[in-house]
Amino acid sequence: MTIKTYREAIIEAMILEMKRDEKVFVIGEDISGGRGCDDFDGEAAGGPMGLTQGLWDEFGAKRVIDTPISETAIMGAAAGAALSGLRPIAELMFSDFFGVCFDQIYNQAAKFRFMYGDQGATPLVIRTMIGAGIGCGPQHSQSPYSIFANIPGLKVVTPSNPYDAKGLLISSIRDNDPVIFCEHKALLGMEGEVPDESYEVPLGRGKILKKGSDISIVAIGQMVGVVQNCIKNLEQKGISAEIIDPRSLSPFDDEMVYDSVEKTGRLLVLDESNPVCSFGSWITSMVSEEVFSSLKAPTKVLTPPHCPVPAAPNLEAAYLPDMETIISASENLKNYT
Amino acid sequence: MQLSKDKLIDAYTRMKKIRVFEETMRDEFAKGTVPAFIHLYIGQEAIASGICIELNDDDTIASTHRGHGHCLAKNSNLERMTMEIFCRADGLCEGKGGSMHIADLSVGMLGANAIVGANAPIAVGAALRQRVMGENLVSAAFIGDGASNQGAVFEAMNLASVLKLPVLFVFENNGYAEFTGVDYHCGGGDIAGRAEGFGMPSYKLDGSDFFAVQEAAAEAVERARRGDGPSAIECYAKRWYGHFEGDPQHYRTKQELETIRKVSDPLKIFRDKVEEAGLVDSSDLDTIDEDLLSQVISAVEKAKNSPLPNLEELTTNVYEKGSY
Repeated sequence: MTIKTYREAIIEAMILEMKRDEKVFVIGEDISGGRGCDDFDGEAAGGPMGLTQGLWDEFGAKRVIDTPISETAIMGAAAGAALSGLRPIAELMFSDFFGVCFDQIYNQAAKFRFMYGDQGATPLVIRTMIGAGIGCGPQHSQSPYSIFANIPGLKVVTPSNPYDAKGLLISSIRDNDPVIFCEHKALLGMEGEVPDESYEVPLGRGKILKKGSDISIVAIGQMVGVVQNCIKNLEQKGISAEIIDPRSLSPFDDEMVYDSVEKTGRLLVLDESNPVCSFGSWITSMVSEEVFSSLKAPTKVLTPPHCPVPAAPNLEAAYLPDMETIISASENLKNYT
Repeated sequence: MQLSKDKLIDAYTRMKKIRVFEETMRDEFAKGTVPAFIHLYIGQEAIASGICIELNDDDTIASTHRGHGHCLAKNSNLERMTMEIFCRADGLCEGKGGSMHIADLSVGMLGANAIVGANAPIAVGAALRQRVMGENLVSAAFIGDGASNQGAVFEAMNLASVLKLPVLFVFENNGYAEFTGVDYHCGGGDIAGRAEGFGMPSYKLDGSDFFAVQEAAAEAVERARRGDGPSAIECYAKRWYGHFEGDPQHYRTKQELETIRKVSDPLKIFRDKVEEAGLVDSSDLDTIDEDLLSQVISAVEKAKNSPLPNLEELTTNVYEKGSY
């Protein structure tokens, strides 16, 4: 077992899968370092966040393909390549850019299997960066995974730590449907134990990070780390929280959440997406429908407010749900009568 | 280059099959038996046929909402294609695609596409097999004059050019983007010229003339297979009918419609050429005509008498079985 960063875990997953299957290739902007690295003798940069570092050196320009800034062409080419038998990993540098290429994702890749009567698979992974917290402002900080999860045909994955990032990416690459793999930019440097060998974390299986009896807290992506920091404070207040990381939103491990709520009777969801039609509201809606009689308090979702992500550091800090809000919401649920 | 008699017969068969098929669909639509919108390819038969006759089954095409002709020219299964247009369970797409979304991956037909211009990047993606796997293949996108204004098409041309991919951008300039004339909607008016701006060789030719299309296609395909990258072929043609069946075509004069059917009939132009040159007997072509008509009528009858999908199929094949 070695300590690796979230970024290193992602790179390792791609390298292992590219070695395993010659049909796997990576396509995106600046992913080898610009110009396809054809006349460059230094170390390939591997993208602005270093998320494809080392791939070009190992696999060359045929399978690590630099593109123009042209997201529609990248996503469309990846969709077409997947439909004709390749296994592309397409990088959408920031998920905010989905607005310029969503047709290729939701009208094309997501629908091929259904509208073509299961003639072929669409084994496509779209790796994309989500999340607020590092001052990127309104157009580079969003978490649009609720929009992706709304689309039939897409799978959506939100790893919260290095171990899951590697295992979920390997599963996503091996999956035969389009997967939106949401990498949180605030987690790229996060360290954790990551085995060197290949392993899968199955899509649609959540993980109980801590058992508890008073309240079920479902946290998505970056929110997992925030709620883990709250555990001691919650215990001091006499609240035993069960913490669930769903790890993938589509498919979603609803049974794990139902079982937990049946035990605790209370549900708090921590979600970084916009509040209206957020994934969190979908979770609470499903829980209300399926295990209503177990509930001892109304379900609660904590999201940012319904506004774009601000650039100013103080506003951005206020934008995200923080420990204080989480602890107070948990207390309210525990004390609800 | 002189084409063999077999190839001429093949060319005529592809074009005539499209004509007979579309005329039959027109009748069926008028009778109300077709459960969805259809967009007829009549008038443009030489384009799909001239391109696809130069392609193999391994080569791919990405088609449009006006896709029946592309399907047939790429040798899709006639009966299962017809069933799909009638949205039947045994259709190529199990009835879930319909006319605007027919695909037949078994012959490299990557799908009709109801999002105008969206097929161009998909064709580029299929062409990546040459770069990633070293496969010897060509991928063609059919793009209307209306679609030629879409950003997706420009992005696709640029990426294909940058990566030197084996793509044919086949522009079918039939004069209309839905209801809107090309002289109104196309800035600069030069679709092939735009492609040249992306650094690819381009052709402008009469899309009613099979031989003009086929000759350009043969060159472009050879260039693509050599690894020398994409080409653009702009084919001028006439759309004989409306944007969709039922379109009253208030934007066209009666005279225009009468004239184009006289002077821009790809089938007549082809027959005149090969018969005058004594390359094929008229009677051989007449036999083909009769044979195709009976094939098409039989396919339509079979489709109409086959079942719609079972209701249990509503939610199947959204994801791989057992994975969701």
